[in-house]
Amino acid sequence: MRERILTFIEKNSRIDIKELAILMGEDEIAVAEALLQMEEEGIICGYHTLINWDKVMTEKITALIEVRVTPQRGHGFDSIAERIYKYPEVTATYLISGGYDLLVILEGKTLKEVSSFVSDKLSTLESVISTATHFVLKKYKDHGTILEKHSNDERMVVSP
Amino acid sequence: MRNPLSEIVVDIKPSGIRKFFDIASEMKEAISLGVGEPDFDTPWHIRDEGIYSLERGRTFYTSNAGLMELRTEICNYLDRKINVKYDPKSEVIITVGGSEAIDIGLRAMINPGEEVLIPQPSYVSYEPCAILAGAKPVIIELKNENEFRLTPEELIAAITPKTKVLIMPFPNNPTGAIMTKDELEKIAKIVIEKDLFVISDEIYSELSYLGDHVSIASFPGMRERTIVINGFSKAYAMTGWRLGYACGPQLIIEQMTKIHQFAIMCAPTTSQYAAIEALKNGDEDVAMMRESYNQRRNYLMYIFKEMKLPCFEPFGAFYVFPCIKEFGLTSDEFAVRLLEEEKLAVVPGTAFGDCGEGFLRISYAYSLEKLKIAMERIERFITRLREEAK
Repeated sequence: MRERILTFIEKNSRIDIKELAILMGEDEIAVAEALLQMEEEGIICGYHTLINWDKVMTEKITALIEVRVTPQRGHGFDSIAERIYKYPEVTATYLISGGYDLLVILEGKTLKEVSSFVSDKLSTLESVISTATHFVLKKYKDHGTILEKHSNDERMVVSP
Repeated sequence: MRNPLSEIVVDIKPSGIRKFFDIASEMKEAISLGVGEPDFDTPWHIRDEGIYSLERGRTFYTSNAGLMELRTEICNYLDRKINVKYDPKSEVIITVGGSEAIDIGLRAMINPGEEVLIPQPSYVSYEPCAILAGAKPVIIELKNENEFRLTPEELIAAITPKTKVLIMPFPNNPTGAIMTKDELEKIAKIVIEKDLFVISDEIYSELSYLGDHVSIASFPGMRERTIVINGFSKAYAMTGWRLGYACGPQLIIEQMTKIHQFAIMCAPTTSQYAAIEALKNGDEDVAMMRESYNQRRNYLMYIFKEMKLPCFEPFGAFYVFPCIKEFGLTSDEFAVRLLEEEKLAVVPGTAFGDCGEGFLRISYAYSLEKLKIAMERIERFITRLREEAK
């Protein structure tokens, strides 16, 4: 049941527990308990909303920053990652295999804000060797959802 | 001028679906729960393979029976799914949808006047195809109290010395009924005893919500007297690709291939390449779609209970078949009024046989959001009917 619930709410966390139980064909209390337990276990880490900010006047800029760092004895990459992800403007931080070490995703209001974060905060960290910043020009798909949808039901209204 | 038409064709009743389609298409703002095809797009990796085959210039005929690689994949699939082994060289034919397989299967097996048993309510093609093949169709009326499953008693009662073929339409369109292993076993026993043949239309086999689908061909002694029909339309959301297949004993498949060779030549090449990809890498897509359908099915069963609309719980396909007898309207009248008053199109049960009278086919090949709007309309409509009756 857990996996079925997770698969569903990953795409629609707004559903209420009663309806979720109906769709799963499960008991409402059992579903509520499963959700609670998964929250406690840290399996469910939050219930967010996917927003296409491009459609809102508020300006938002997303940047992907490749960061090369020197790992620290005893902490590996974890402590430098922590110093980075604690900034609230950082929306995601991943340890990456390949040509660089950390991928930092940043959201800022202006280009200037993002670039000053990189030059003032990120680059000045002692273990940071180099950074490369990529600005996002357009989001086509995010969190498995295609943002610009144009799907009409082209099926005939009645068919055998 | 002489009458240019064939009397046999002229005498065939036009499909009840067609009639309702004409009314429903006129209503521009109507929403519909009337379709018999998935709402999902064909998974992208399958479409991509079709595109790739076109890019590579694979635009020629294939062999009459279809691409060997596809036939081999089908045999692997059936071995895995229904536990029946077929020889890809001689026991499989790729057809233009499951519909063609029904047609050529009947034509390959029927001599004039022989009887074909057709359980109804069921898909609209069996009866006309049987007639066109020269058979006498004999209808078995399935019953609501049996949850529209075929019982051994009903089968025995319909058999005469002229009976040759039994059509097995499960999981069923329009009722959603399935047959369990035990129930099929009893049917198989009778089929063998009476020396009949079976055309088992298993096009909805992947949409079974009560454990795995069981094929009647998998019982001892049945493989040699069964044509299994399946296809890609429902499982992989590939209706427009027009691709199905039939498997069975070489003796019959050979003759079906002969008709197919003269009437069709071969199934569309692009679709065949896409279908190879579907069978090789499509299991996850099928599981995802099945889960979605199942959630909607659960929702509909719940909401019908809430509005006290009687409906047995169907465990297959993507249809529910609620009973509307309490309202004193025919299925046709009910459906037309629902369309006119609430702008909602569903299909009257009678489109699938006379014994569908008093029932509606509601398709849940629609998003939950759409289903919810539709259910509000049905509820409003039946509340009004109940008040009128007071």
